[in-house]
Amino acid sequence: MTSARDITRAVNPPRAAFLDFPLGHTTGKPHAPDLQRRILVEALSSFETMTAPGSMRELPFRWSEDEEWKAKAFAGGDERTPRHDTPQYQDEEDRRRAEKEGYPSCPVCRP
Amino acid sequence: MGPVDYIPRIRDNYARLGYKAYNWVTNHDTGPWAPLRKPLSQCRLGLAASGGVYLSGQVAFHHKDDISLREIPTDVDTKELRATHFAYDLSNARTDPNVVFPIDTLRRLVREGILGGLAARFHTFMGGIYSSRRVTEDLAPRLTARFLEDGVDAVLLVPV
Repeated sequence: MTSARDITRAVNPPRAAFLDFPLGHTTGKPHAPDLQRRILVEALSSFETMTAPGSMRELPFRWSEDEEWKAKAFAGGDERTPRHDTPQYQDEEDRRRAEKEGYPSCPVCRP
Repeated sequence: MGPVDYIPRIRDNYARLGYKAYNWVTNHDTGPWAPLRKPLSQCRLGLAASGGVYLSGQVAFHHKDDISLREIPTDVDTKELRATHFAYDLSNARTDPNVVFPIDTLRRLVREGILGGLAARFHTFMGGIYSSRRVTEDLAPRLTARFLEDGVDAVLLVPV
């Protein structure tokens, strides 16, 4: 699946299903299980219906009527966070749990 | 409005910031075609997702070309899933991981008989890996080996 049609066209996989949603929502909107289900049923059906390598199916779903999100995508400069080389836990409790299980705090910092 | 063209937008952004232009992967030939040998309702599905999903208790991904994989058991409690990534807005993935890791959705499709079953484990990593060489030569072959071990008939790839 993909939400970045041009990047996936460049990669050129044998089969692709394109969902025109903002990045971070490749398989649907949050807390919308019925929509998520319909998206995956459509996408997975491509396994049975596609016959030509390099096919890309455009899935029939829209994020919003006005599509205002498209103007904003990557328009505000670089919004990415720095590329730290230590584990980036969602919360501190995860760090404590992982370290308790004996994992080193920085598995990649060692030679 | 048509789809967002990310390649030119990201190229312009890099130029504005004074970064070197990114060398996007462009494959002129598509990969080999593997037809599905049986209906989906009899297939065991595997999944690889690059949204940075990990299980609480596992080491989280780091953000500098991390090419490690995490194994997520497909009977996982969804509440134990976490997400980390340097390049996309995580707020929705953190409240409902199904937007980048469709675990509940796929389990539902198995219950409904649309899919035959799921592999015992799914595989996750953190995308935005700058080095495509490390993906091609290291990460991708390890993923392929795992799918062969898992005995899957088809694999769903969910990038972010």
